[in-house]
Amino acid sequence: MFYIGIFFQYVSQYMKTRLEYRSDFIVEILSDLFNQAVNLVFILVVFGHTQFLNGWNRDEIIFIYGFFLIPYALFSAFFNIWDFNDRYIVKGEMDRILTRPIHSLFQVVIERMELESLFGLVTGFIIIFYAGANLGLELTWYDPILFVLFAIGGALAYASVFIVIASVGFWSDSKTSIMPMMYNIGNYGRYPVDIYNKVIRFMLTWVLPFAFVGVYPASYFLGKEEWYIFSFLTPVVGLVFFTVSVMIWNQGIKKYRGAGN
Amino acid sequence: MSKYIEMIRMRFLMMLAYRLNYYTGIVIYTINIGAYYFLWSAIYGDKGSIEGLTIEQMTSYVAIAWMARAFYFNNIDREIAMEIKDGKVAIELLRPYHYLGMKTMAGLGEGIFRFFFFSIPGMILVTLLFQVHIPYNGATWGYFAISLLFSFIINTQINLLTGIMAFFFYNNTGLIRAKRVIVDLFSGLLLPISFFPLWAQDVMRYLPFQGISYIPSMIFTNGFSHSELLMALGQQCIWVIILLIPIQLLWIVAKKQLIIQGG
Repeated sequence: MFYIGIFFQYVSQYMKTRLEYRSDFIVEILSDLFNQAVNLVFILVVFGHTQFLNGWNRDEIIFIYGFFLIPYALFSAFFNIWDFNDRYIVKGEMDRILTRPIHSLFQVVIERMELESLFGLVTGFIIIFYAGANLGLELTWYDPILFVLFAIGGALAYASVFIVIASVGFWSDSKTSIMPMMYNIGNYGRYPVDIYNKVIRFMLTWVLPFAFVGVYPASYFLGKEEWYIFSFLTPVVGLVFFTVSVMIWNQGIKKYRGAGN
Repeated sequence: MSKYIEMIRMRFLMMLAYRLNYYTGIVIYTINIGAYYFLWSAIYGDKGSIEGLTIEQMTSYVAIAWMARAFYFNNIDREIAMEIKDGKVAIELLRPYHYLGMKTMAGLGEGIFRFFFFSIPGMILVTLLFQVHIPYNGATWGYFAISLLFSFIINTQINLLTGIMAFFFYNNTGLIRAKRVIVDLFSGLLLPISFFPLWAQDVMRYLPFQGISYIPSMIFTNGFSHSELLMALGQQCIWVIILLIPIQLLWIVAKKQLIIQGG
């Protein structure tokens, strides 16, 4: 309860500061929209030249992309920790975090959240409904429940990778650029994993579980039965990876010795 | 002149101090190229060629486009915006050099560093991993080098423009982000311009962006005929000149703006 209260206090503070600089807020949403549009244009242009991508048609690929945007929006709104190392470890902000009586990761998350990223949910849903209508997909009563579970599972899977990388900073305080690399690898999960070779597929499933953010959960809604097992694993994988990543973070905190100034 | 060359050298040495970062950079680019390699292989399927490019040419196109990006890419827009926000720009303007010229040289120093420590080793790695066709024709390399230099200038000019915008907006990070996305798409980094529908190609013909990535990459993959190639180089040259005008105008207005703010 205590945590929920703190969370909402931060949200209200956040809204106040953001609405103060409204134009900035709008430009940021617009640039996110641009980004999503570029990815869509890519898919559309590609399918101007081919009918199928390894047996997946245009609307299926668009649907996967739309689905991907939803866990991705949740992830980027709450796990905006790509500069964690630089900000918190090199500049010594972590010392301040550790004096607070709430969990350090939670503290970092609510300090750095970027709620305007949630706008990606809207674009995600628009794309899903557009592609779904083209494909003639039917909704059952339990689909929305599964959708929520899959989206949260995907967001947790995505977040866990970044938490682990951020935790590396506790052991080594030098600047690294693994984070941007991960953003690129994250994009692999947006396309059907069967186009990649086996090594990459294995990596995307069991090491860096990005396939659980896009293609695996989306396959369920597309009725791709051969992928159902992976679809239903999404929330499990999300929870397991997230738990492990938080454990690694907690270990890192014990190792942390401060920036030493 | 010597102070500008000194700036190139300084920035190069600065980058050298952080070179460990760049080993991860090479891996990032290779992974990126790898992703596109598989994606394009799936797109091509059993098609021999699309829009005049074979799958080998396409792989080379993607590889060279990303490796060229290492050379022309820089963050001087963000640097300028930061210096304007911090008020540092006031001191910079007192110094005996042209501020924008100095920033361009810093970008060039960065570009030269990345070219040697990033593009070349990266290209070797990519060539070993994927089927990349390297041209063995001296003229092609010559044209490519000229074109790449133009692409650096055009990209830097666009960065200067977005950077100067910080004089007029309180915060232009959103603008800088949007610019990056637009450049990636319209420059032909993600997709060769010839893949777009014709109406879109017509629009893009009137924009400076294809001079950044599409033209040098097409030259490298021998995707242009000789006359197309000369036309393309001419087009780049014209954009370099045209873009000087808004930069100069904005810069004059921006300097006045700065006095109003009080520095």
